[in-house]
Amino acid sequence: MVSFAIRRFLAMIPILILLSVTVFSLAKLMPGDALTGKIDPNNANPEYIAKMREQLGYNDPVPVQYVKWVTGFFQGDMGDSFVHKMPVTQLIGERIENTVMLALASLLITYVVAFILGMIAGRWPYRWSDHLILTFNYIGYAVPSFFAAIVCIYIFSIQLGWFPASGSISVGAQEGTLYYYLERIKHTILPAIVLGLFNTAAYTQFLRNDVIENASKDYVRTAMAKGTKTSAIYNKHILRNSLIPMVTFIGLDIGTLLSGAVITETIFTYPGLGQLFIDSVSSRDYSVVMAISMLLAIMSLVGNLIADLLYSVVDPRIRLR
Amino acid sequence: MHTQKKEALLEISELEAGFMINKQFYNAVDKVSFKVNPGKVICVVGESGCGKSVMSLSIMGLLPKQVGKVARGTIRFQGRNLTEITNDEYNKIRGKEIGMIFQEPMTALNPVFTIGYQLEEVLFNHLKISKKEARQRSIELLSHVGIPRPEKIVDQFPHQLSGGMRQRVMIAMAISCQPKLLIADEPTTALDVTIQAQILELLRDIQEKSGMAVMLITHDLGVVAEMADEVMVMYAGKIVEQGTADQIFNDPKHPYLQLLLEAIPRLDEEKDRLYSIKGIVPSIVNMPKTGCRFVSRCPKAMPDCSEVSPDMGDVGFEHKVRCLLYPESYPKEVTEASR
Repeated sequence: MVSFAIRRFLAMIPILILLSVTVFSLAKLMPGDALTGKIDPNNANPEYIAKMREQLGYNDPVPVQYVKWVTGFFQGDMGDSFVHKMPVTQLIGERIENTVMLALASLLITYVVAFILGMIAGRWPYRWSDHLILTFNYIGYAVPSFFAAIVCIYIFSIQLGWFPASGSISVGAQEGTLYYYLERIKHTILPAIVLGLFNTAAYTQFLRNDVIENASKDYVRTAMAKGTKTSAIYNKHILRNSLIPMVTFIGLDIGTLLSGAVITETIFTYPGLGQLFIDSVSSRDYSVVMAISMLLAIMSLVGNLIADLLYSVVDPRIRLR
Repeated sequence: MHTQKKEALLEISELEAGFMINKQFYNAVDKVSFKVNPGKVICVVGESGCGKSVMSLSIMGLLPKQVGKVARGTIRFQGRNLTEITNDEYNKIRGKEIGMIFQEPMTALNPVFTIGYQLEEVLFNHLKISKKEARQRSIELLSHVGIPRPEKIVDQFPHQLSGGMRQRVMIAMAISCQPKLLIADEPTTALDVTIQAQILELLRDIQEKSGMAVMLITHDLGVVAEMADEVMVMYAGKIVEQGTADQIFNDPKHPYLQLLLEAIPRLDEEKDRLYSIKGIVPSIVNMPKTGCRFVSRCPKAMPDCSEVSPDMGDVGFEHKVRCLLYPESYPKEVTEASR
């Protein structure tokens, strides 16, 4: 498995190079740069703009710019944000913590809820519980996340006042105190639920169908013939088999959650990567846009790798060589 | 007779079991009655679709819940009617008192658990035993069923074993709690011929040593000849002939059995074509309501055969047959009416 992981890592290199070229070209193809629109043309000295462009390297030949960017990126220097006036690395570093926390929380919600509901629906299919879960899933899947987010904010923040409607931390919370961590969790819960429950719908139905399918397999009959309790058959024999396809999703989720949280983060004004990404696109802060795009691409690759590795953990028939 | 003095281990009477098809119930097993005595090997013979598997699953209480059920009759095991007990009570019998082996060793084991885990599971289900003892016992069981290097195999997964090895594992599981009865539902059908012989030998060996009763379900008369004390021939959900192995092979009564025996190719005969019985078993949805169920394929059919449903009649020494060729099979009311 270790040699498989190493080889997969090496295979990622050409993909990464291709990705970096794509990200870079797309950024270059977009109109304008960080200086466009920022400086009032009526009172700005064109010479100053030209000087800045020269300083920022915008006048270098494109391949040179590319090489500079790539070598910088992989050394952890992603350039400076023109808008935020700080190194992109530092800027992203501040945000990524929030995004990872949100992603983990929503993953947890997704899988815990999906496993519970999926097992219930699959064990007693075509009963009222199954229909109820199905209805819940249809609603969860059909309602767009921005709408769900607004409804959640209205009910839980404004009407009930249980959770804050925006931000990631309250003013005045001291880092390191218990209060600080509780506050962070409290700020994460609402967006995490909105993000998490959307995926739950698909996973629950997927797990349900897989459980029903597995329940008619021969090995279930064998387990019954051994005198194994029905609950043990479902919670051990069948669940362990139904885990296999579910695991693939985890890897994909890692990639999508980091990028897919854009809308949710924006609505909750949750200072994560997604929100930063949107802001940076609209302010043409390309060094940030490129850095985040690259990061997301890398996370997707890593997510797939994790899925492959997990596969071999849950399914003994898959041996990675 | 001495067989009646001994209490039967399993006594099935008037068993009707089948499936719901389009909201109507159809019997796959129709009024089947028989006994299994302790320590005996009883073979159930019949072609595909005659209800052999439904019968064995009924005994185990394993008919698919949504569609299958035991409609009528009793299944008495050690005096207890299994059709009336709860699933929890059944779980104490399954794997402990009655073991079962299935046809497909390739799919009968759970692919994601080790052989050891699956063997230990049945031990944990029924015995108060520590983890260490269970593992020790699993290894012993594996070597008992002739698996080489059991201490290594115990940690392997089903896909790493061959079909024959897996069937041995299934046997080890089925006998792990020393059951009184072993039901083997076509245990050798999915295996190739050399392995078949080995598995049968193993089964017979275990049976002789442990003295458990075996109910062997098969469509292979060669297997029957090798294993059986008693034989039951089934056709379209009914028992058509029943007797000792000797009676069945040397003095077959029912035309169906006669044809089956004739269909076995012999080395000392020159034949251009292998003999086969024409037609197929009627499906349970359009089973004839009256008369003998074999009538459409029977070379000796008489006019009465499609009118009168034959009973099981004793033609001597507990050799029973369901065929109007024998006066013993005429239902009582019909014989009395014609007088």
